[in-house]
Amino acid sequence: MLLGLGAVGAFLAVDFGAVAYANKWIGPQAELTRQTFIDGFRRVYGLHPGFRRNHAKGVAVTGRFDSSGNGSELSRAAVFGPGHSSVTGRFSLSGGDPFMADTAAAARGLGLAFAFPDGTQWRTAMLNLPVFPDNSPQGFYDRLLASKTVPATGKPDPAAMSAFLTAHPETAAAMAVIKQHAPTRGFADSTFSSLTTFYLVNDAGRHTPVRWSFVPLQAALPAPPGSDNALFDALIRQIRGVPLQWRLMLTVGEPGDPVLDATLPWPSDRRTIDAGTLTLTGVKTERRGNARDINFDPLVLPDGIEPSDDPLLSARSAVYAASYRARTGEPKFPSAVQVDEVAQ
Amino acid sequence: MTARYPLRTRILHWLTAVLIFSTLLIGFVMVNSIGSYASLRAIHMTLGVLILAIVVLRAANRLTHRAPKLPDTVGWVEHKLVVGSELTLYALMLAQPLIGWAMVSASGRPVVIFGSLQLPRIAPFNADLFFILRQAHSVLAYALVVVIAAHVSAVLLHTLTLRDGMLSRMTFTKPRERAQNARNSRRVGVQTRTSPTGVWAHAEKEARRG
Repeated sequence: MLLGLGAVGAFLAVDFGAVAYANKWIGPQAELTRQTFIDGFRRVYGLHPGFRRNHAKGVAVTGRFDSSGNGSELSRAAVFGPGHSSVTGRFSLSGGDPFMADTAAAARGLGLAFAFPDGTQWRTAMLNLPVFPDNSPQGFYDRLLASKTVPATGKPDPAAMSAFLTAHPETAAAMAVIKQHAPTRGFADSTFSSLTTFYLVNDAGRHTPVRWSFVPLQAALPAPPGSDNALFDALIRQIRGVPLQWRLMLTVGEPGDPVLDATLPWPSDRRTIDAGTLTLTGVKTERRGNARDINFDPLVLPDGIEPSDDPLLSARSAVYAASYRARTGEPKFPSAVQVDEVAQ
Repeated sequence: MTARYPLRTRILHWLTAVLIFSTLLIGFVMVNSIGSYASLRAIHMTLGVLILAIVVLRAANRLTHRAPKLPDTVGWVEHKLVVGSELTLYALMLAQPLIGWAMVSASGRPVVIFGSLQLPRIAPFNADLFFILRQAHSVLAYALVVVIAAHVSAVLLHTLTLRDGMLSRMTFTKPRERAQNARNSRRVGVQTRTSPTGVWAHAEKEARRG
């Protein structure tokens, strides 16, 4: 009798113990989890139900990608072969406040999903920066907390920011590079880059490290003064009148170029390949069933594009998934960017 | 002598047991993991689809034979519980991977297993549907943990407390050990043959005696 009860007790202890440990209900708690990030965004930006935890303010776009076929030298992905793919995407500003006033200080984001929702789709979430400010999930988290605005000044606490930069020299160095590249006038004339390194894999199985950029083919309309949505309004007006285009440039890494650390730029003389042209023709307010409901997870990659071991890729995938799960279960509120309300 | 399940059924049982235990644990770990999330997710999805295939095979196989007779220690109430828990486990094992597959489909992502094998989508792209399926996936994961814990506990109690050879219906032990189990089974069988609810009545009797 006792043997039986003992065995059952031992089994249940091990079984439920393993489940509790795996769930982090017991055991060491020091590690960062995706919930740490979700809580961090909430602490810094407040809770905005239904919106992305970061890059909360945005607008949906649609268009197409016409491949030049040049990319197929490096990748067997269908998107780089001859022909074109449909594209659905989203322009955004960094930060977790969906009602923030547009500012040049916020990083501009462009998320694209090629061939959505097919099996061969490729998703990429890019920024208008020359390098990424962080090279580790911990660095990103520490910067998030240090950048919390102090209500009295409307700016981050300088002491907290300088302590952060001392602890993270890689971010200080990246910030110096970013400072040399002042943001352009608007979304339409911004270069959007992967920053992170990926591998392209061709038919022969050869892996080539690349970073990609979408380089604008037009100037941007000036932002109308006095609007909280100045950058978005200018984008909407421009895209309504004429399709906006970017050229996809693949920058080919050479041996020794950093592939695990997106705070480090590659030398400017690296070979580039013009892989084709992105043309955006439609712009829509975020709503059910459009880009609002897409998680621009950088690890949704077709055969022929593979991730590098940059630790931020898996971290982004994890945190984006947590953000997606949270917001899909929350009540929805209208986006601050209402396309129909922008004057012609 | 305790009758056993056919060999193919026993193999399928233990294969599913190992796969489900691993997949549940990986699932619980991956949702808290930053660095390993992407790779664990890929393994989790591959194992999930593998389990689905094996469980479909297992359910079909289960219809080809009757279950071996339960030991006499199992009264009619417990017999109903045994049948109910087996059906519940089959339902959970089939539903959980299907919900996982549907949930990935509803998020609009391609469903990829074994690194590059593309599966068709089984649900439309719909974020509201995704959320319902995502919550259900967690609820069923915990339901599996609880039902499996009850299943294992009941078999352990029978085998070690009543010594009725319950576990040997599903094990690969050699004939000699089996004979030993069978002797134990007979002994306990006599002791509790009249008991209406098997292990529980026996436990009460033990408690009263102790």
